[in-house]
Amino acid sequence: MTEMSYLDGNMLDGPLRELFAVDLSTAIGRCENCGMTGSIASLHVFSHAPGLVARCPSCESVMLRLVRGPDRAWLDLRGTTFLQVPLPLEQTHPGPL
Amino acid sequence: MLSAGPTPRVSLDTWEFVIAAENGTEYRWSWQELMALPQETPMVDIHCVTHWSKLGTTWKGVSLDTLLDGVDTGAHFALAHSYGGYTTNLPLDDLRGGRAWVAHTFDGAPLPPEHGGPARLLVPHLYFWKSAKWVRGIRLKTMDEPGFWETAGYHDYGDPWREQRYQGD
Repeated sequence: MTEMSYLDGNMLDGPLRELFAVDLSTAIGRCENCGMTGSIASLHVFSHAPGLVARCPSCESVMLRLVRGPDRAWLDLRGTTFLQVPLPLEQTHPGPL
Repeated sequence: MLSAGPTPRVSLDTWEFVIAAENGTEYRWSWQELMALPQETPMVDIHCVTHWSKLGTTWKGVSLDTLLDGVDTGAHFALAHSYGGYTTNLPLDDLRGGRAWVAHTFDGAPLPPEHGGPARLLVPHLYFWKSAKWVRGIRLKTMDEPGFWETAGYHDYGDPWREQRYQGD
């Protein structure tokens, strides 16, 4: 019998794209439990479960859970202190003409 | 097999099962004490929420009726918790009446860690996420407290015959 394995956080890209307009695969998250700050792609994702469970690669705490029902989804981010999302450089306000 | 995290490895020397009543009283069993209790060999059908069932599975374990006998409680709810941090909630009545066990043997062999060993909860009349792997204890509660999957969209009760998968089903 083999040890339960996990996938890397890149696999969250598709499922999260259903919920968010931004690409979270390059986002940075902070673990609420241990403070580890790293990319969502670096999380350990357990997918052989009733939902997706993404754990901190440092302390194994749950940082993100995503459950997809037929017509709904539930996202739990209580284990993530913040998500830092890269955005295009803000345009300088032209100011009064 | 389904798992929400790494497989905990629990030594039988340190394993324990604890029922915590709502008044704070704790009832503890070591592995040896669990084995000394009357053992039952339920043959049951199990139903996973991910659309599979397995019929006629054979287990060995201790009935929750046996473990709850002598526990002084007026609670109506239970929160099972596991080595590794998993939790799941059930009405206490669903753990009684010969319908729930702490199971340590599957198909005549010790339950492997990947399947929840040394011991898992076995509550076959509910979806199998209620049958907590690596079970460590049960907290008896006067108020219902949703567990790991129940706080992430899954149904509070999880009756497979009514297909209670998600909240609102």
